[in-house]
Amino acid sequence: MSKIKTFEELEAKQRECSSCLAAKFKGEAGKRAVVLCGGTGCLSSNSAEIQEKFKKLIEEKGLCDRVTVNQVGCFGFCSQGPFVKIYPEDTLYRLVTIDDVEEIVEKDLIGGEVIERLLYVDPETKEKVAKQEDITFYKKQVRVALHGCGNINPEDINEALGDGAFQGLAKALKMDRADVIKEVLDSGLRGRGGGGFPTGRKWQFAYDQPDGEKYVVCNGDEGDPGAFMDRSILEGNPLAVIEGMAIAGYAIGAQNGYFYVRAEYPIAVNRLKLAIQQAEEIGLLGDNILGTDFSFRAHIRLGAGAFVCGEETALLNSIEGQRGMPRPRPPFPAVKGLWQCPTIVNNVESLACVPYILRNGAESITKYGTERSRGTKVFALGGKINNVGLVEIPMGVTLRELIYDIGGGIPGGKKFKAIQTGGPSGGCLTEKDLDTPIDFDNLVAKGSMMGSGGAIVMDEDNCMVDVAKFYMEFICDESCGKCSPCRIGTKRLLEYLEKITDGKATMKDLEELEELANTIKIGSLCALGQTAANPVLSTLASFRDEYIAHIEKKECPAKVCKNLMRYTIEQDKCFGCGVCARSCPVDAIQKTDYTAPGKKLPSYQIDSEKCVKCGMCLSSCKFKAIVKK
Amino acid sequence: MAHLSEAAVAKIREICDRYAGERTPLMMILSDIQKEYGYIPLEVQELVSEKTGVSVADIYGVVTFYSFFSLKPKGKYIVGVCLGTACYVKGAQQVIDKFSEILGIAPGETTEDGMFTIDALRCIGACGIAPAVSINGKVYPKVEVKAIPGIIEELRAEGGANA
Repeated sequence: MSKIKTFEELEAKQRECSSCLAAKFKGEAGKRAVVLCGGTGCLSSNSAEIQEKFKKLIEEKGLCDRVTVNQVGCFGFCSQGPFVKIYPEDTLYRLVTIDDVEEIVEKDLIGGEVIERLLYVDPETKEKVAKQEDITFYKKQVRVALHGCGNINPEDINEALGDGAFQGLAKALKMDRADVIKEVLDSGLRGRGGGGFPTGRKWQFAYDQPDGEKYVVCNGDEGDPGAFMDRSILEGNPLAVIEGMAIAGYAIGAQNGYFYVRAEYPIAVNRLKLAIQQAEEIGLLGDNILGTDFSFRAHIRLGAGAFVCGEETALLNSIEGQRGMPRPRPPFPAVKGLWQCPTIVNNVESLACVPYILRNGAESITKYGTERSRGTKVFALGGKINNVGLVEIPMGVTLRELIYDIGGGIPGGKKFKAIQTGGPSGGCLTEKDLDTPIDFDNLVAKGSMMGSGGAIVMDEDNCMVDVAKFYMEFICDESCGKCSPCRIGTKRLLEYLEKITDGKATMKDLEELEELANTIKIGSLCALGQTAANPVLSTLASFRDEYIAHIEKKECPAKVCKNLMRYTIEQDKCFGCGVCARSCPVDAIQKTDYTAPGKKLPSYQIDSEKCVKCGMCLSSCKFKAIVKK
Repeated sequence: MAHLSEAAVAKIREICDRYAGERTPLMMILSDIQKEYGYIPLEVQELVSEKTGVSVADIYGVVTFYSFFSLKPKGKYIVGVCLGTACYVKGAQQVIDKFSEILGIAPGETTEDGMFTIDALRCIGACGIAPAVSINGKVYPKVEVKAIPGIIEELRAEGGANA
């Protein structure tokens, strides 16, 4: 690959690549293109094998010069994956298996016929939808941070260049450094990793420091359980994040950038490595980029499974080869960060927005969103929701639109109970909050937070005390141990919660639980500790009655807490078939002497002393004679 | 360094040299060693200390802090059950309980024959296919409790055949 040394050469290369990409999408000269989702979700559903089979069949049928096959980033609609898209018709096939490949090749690629059974079916209208843009899930979405994901081949820099990559950097390099920062400030971009601190102001702080060694760090330690937007961006369009990092480097005067990525994300790491390598080969990273005096290099460091490293100062310690423990602030990283040098730490999603802002101007972002939260935000919808996946929506969309219009509502006709946003540090929002427009400040006002954008939906079958306990176990495990409110306090909180779910707690315990939760909030060193009690406090605020039911009635209303429920056989419904007794792993089910009216065999009963509440009998009974109480 | 073979010593030195040009490369060195050998015993830490000049105490501190690093060998198959929120609300606890029950070990432990280790993972970002299990990097989507005996049998057969 020859190096691009000037702005003119970059423009020429971009023109060439963009006409190539347009030709692929428009199907010029009778060409067709097959693209497959190459995100983690679809890859685990055999998307790679499906791709191989396409390649093999296309070669066998002699279609090589007419049909291309490649992977793209995440389509976002994970519950309907794996996806296969055919250009130029723009037909989207979903839930494709390896056995469907032959049919797609024969009927569609050769015969030009759309395969109806592989199209998405709109659950409302029951109509088949052939194009992505017509699927309700995508209609309210706007792709800024996810720009290019599901569209371009993340392993080919030419496709990214054809899609506008590095135009933002080129524009920035022609501007004054202070003007670049002003553009980002004007866009109103706020940190997408959780805090919501204005990105431009962070840059300004580092810019104001005297010249010398400075660093840009990209926080890709996406630890919030239930959030996977950073992974998808790195997998789907790594060059956008690299470009964002380089722009930040130019603005603050840094020559080196570090990506800190979770080791749990091997595909993201490999694509990022490849993208850095390709950008270096073509001269868009390295010395004197585009003939200017700006030089910039990007490096990758991997995490090793510690949630607290998502906290920026803990992350810096980890890069420095130390235990990932937070540092007291001030001094803030913008003053003394990596190796004591001025450093900005930006989240993956924030950096992915930066090239878009530079390329299209601040107003391209400010036209979306609310007064104090501009632009769009990516959410990872998960849990008890029909359309599990990744969605990017303008700020200000309501939770109701997110859950029902985009998310398709709750499966199985169950009742919505709560949506947990912001991961372990966030909180639960309920029915009464559904018409709240989503933005940084509104979510905080409602007792939760934006966090990194994880949004887990819970239905009537989820016990909120159990959910609080789940988060507390997580926090306990992940507390780094540096400060005692967090180290000891979270453990004590967990013990109270266990006492409650075991039916052994008193109302006094509940009072102490609440007091301790508030103490941890005030007394901890870093954000992990300061927010550690949020799951308890927010579930208490909305579901105090569930806590009280566990304590006073010794009952779990959602029938989740094992120690508060028992399985029984309704004897008049029991046919005496004995399937449950055979499925019981601990021989807790015995035949009785009683035969119910109208039944031929004596019924069974469960010995609650022996029962381990595994639920095997419940799922084995064909007559629905076994109930949870 | 009585326990380390010459080949191992050479390999670990080579791993340290890979990052000679990098500033504070300890995490990268330890990640590579963990990947190569599956654990980082004290003898190896001493060797890394010699090469990098970081004290053994500091290295031990780092190894014990991060959940990816292990002082003891792990099983041939590392069964990582995702206990992220999305997986949890879809029944991941029952999934990990079933693995524990069949293998007779608690999460974090390794079976006596050295075949399996169960790890509780914190969100692998595969929320679209919850509950997810990752075994030696291969992700199993939407794992049902009743499918678990089959998964274990398959791995046992495969592991036994390669042994």
